[in-house]
Amino acid sequence: MRGPYDLSLVEGSITTPHDMARIQKIRRASKFLVAIGACATAGGIQALRNFTQVEKYIPLVYARPEYIHTLEKSSPIAGQVAVDFELRGCPINKTQLLELVSAFLQGRRPNIHPYSVCWECKMRGNICVMVAHGIPCLGPVTHAGCGALCPTYHRGCYGCFGPKETPNPASLSARLRVLGVPEDDLVRLYRTFNAEAEPFRQESTVHE
Amino acid sequence: MSSKTIKVDYLARVEGEGALYIRIKDDRVTQVQLKIFEPPRFFEAFLQGRKYTEAPDITARICGICPVAYQMSSVHALEQILGLKVAGPLRELRRLIYCGEWIESHGLHVYMLHAPDFLGYADAIQMARDYPEAVKRGLKLKQIGNELVALVGGREIHPINVRVGGFYSVPRKKDLVPMVEKLKWARDAALETVRWVSTFNFPPVEPEYEFVSLRHPQEYPFNEGRLVSNKGLDIAVDDFEAHFEEEHVPYTTALHSILKARGAYYVGPMARYNNNFDLLPPAVQAAAQEAGLTSFCCNPFQSIIIRSIEILYACEESLRIIDQYEQPERPYLEAEPRAGIGHGISEAPRGSLYHRYRIDDQGVIQEAKIVPPTSQNQKTVESDLYQVAVQNLHLPEDQLTWICEQAIRNYDPCISCSVHFLKLHLERR
Repeated sequence: MRGPYDLSLVEGSITTPHDMARIQKIRRASKFLVAIGACATAGGIQALRNFTQVEKYIPLVYARPEYIHTLEKSSPIAGQVAVDFELRGCPINKTQLLELVSAFLQGRRPNIHPYSVCWECKMRGNICVMVAHGIPCLGPVTHAGCGALCPTYHRGCYGCFGPKETPNPASLSARLRVLGVPEDDLVRLYRTFNAEAEPFRQESTVHE
Repeated sequence: MSSKTIKVDYLARVEGEGALYIRIKDDRVTQVQLKIFEPPRFFEAFLQGRKYTEAPDITARICGICPVAYQMSSVHALEQILGLKVAGPLRELRRLIYCGEWIESHGLHVYMLHAPDFLGYADAIQMARDYPEAVKRGLKLKQIGNELVALVGGREIHPINVRVGGFYSVPRKKDLVPMVEKLKWARDAALETVRWVSTFNFPPVEPEYEFVSLRHPQEYPFNEGRLVSNKGLDIAVDDFEAHFEEEHVPYTTALHSILKARGAYYVGPMARYNNNFDLLPPAVQAAAQEAGLTSFCCNPFQSIIIRSIEILYACEESLRIIDQYEQPERPYLEAEPRAGIGHGISEAPRGSLYHRYRIDDQGVIQEAKIVPPTSQNQKTVESDLYQVAVQNLHLPEDQLTWICEQAIRNYDPCISCSVHFLKLHLERR
């Protein structure tokens, strides 16, 4: 790996001993390091292994488990090294990526809002799918960035951008229960692509 | 006896991380391994205990280039269990979103990843200095493919609008119509692409392959049909596992898939073309013939022409679908979950993608199996590499390395699907 680099964009989570060594080298070679995408910011879908024992998974997929080298947990980049900014989303939003790089070039903080998907829904003029149609929606606790895509298509948000700033998932869960969402569905709802993000991780374990 | 080792640290222009290892001893190729060291992924394990409704969203995350393929194979497998038959405009919309994915994925591979091999550039950015118009054309084709996926699916990467039974919401006719002008441009650009790539130099290799793909009685395949080959295979999708098996070999995290009866086989655009040439519209057939192809092609280097032909087909097919589209009354069909096993194969840009699910009466997934196209092609890539290396041993190392890398890119391998950098080690002793 050459370098030094002014800005490194890192995608993916840390799941192998090789990843752990490599991210240290990247950090040393980089002035700014930005984690992009749900894998890099929250461990990604691979972090579902963190709720079980990975040894149980290996034989389900691989006939010869002894050939597989992997870590017990999938962790976000910030779990291993200092990260200067995290760009959320599975997938990330390309406009936000451009804003991030422009902000870096101009030496300012990126203008990326940490408010919820609900804000974006209101700005689009959507009718609330949960209030009007009783569709379970993670919008109130989920970080903006997609443009409230799912509610626009008449489905509930499923949390691609992870938790918003200061989310209150316990309050949302109480509302979802009233809508008839069973406990095991609540666990699934918080455990997808950002399952290891603390507010989602914690709320999911409450309903286990 | 000469002893040399060539090491290329990054084989670029493939999706994912892997390495190629070739050992040459006394002017003989003794070992060829395509190593995939992408960290192991556990999607089949993650799916256990999830609701069947989540499968299209979760499996889409296997690949950012072909998420539609994963969504399509999963919804078809699950609909088989629920007894749902998606027909009419909903079925057409599924073909339409798939057309978008073929256009963007093939456009990316033909122009950005594969063409530089033939023209002698390290990458598309270098190539753009001498071929600016071609590179712009490729980028615009990709953009149009992305727009089509986003129009039907909500966004181009990991679309949110696909569900078991249909879509969460369906476009109005007037939402689709603005794509027509763009797709007409894309159709012309695709024809130009076919003409352009057919002028490249193709190394004269024609290995004996078994080409495996879907075949549907009336149409060039996306989502439905029987699995057939040029060597007599003709099976229902449900019987896939009776005829194919996966092997786990020590040097790679991707499982190798083989045909039990005959070993290595070939999936992808060339397999689809060879098994379904008669189902291409006359204008597309004519373009193939003009490019010097017959109804059967087995030179893997010419896969770039066939990918371009498929872009042309996807543009024609999208225009047909939009022209005939009438907005369905309901965006999706519904059924109560019931216990059962379902199978689905759809034609990802890189080839046939198999899914199997077993769910319980609550709709919870008990077991999932996914066989992606790149792992199916892995053994065939290795045998191509062996042949290419043997035929070109006389070349200097840098040229031999170049042609070996090119032989891998013939397959548009998606290494992250099969389980990111491709390292090439060429060892001469």
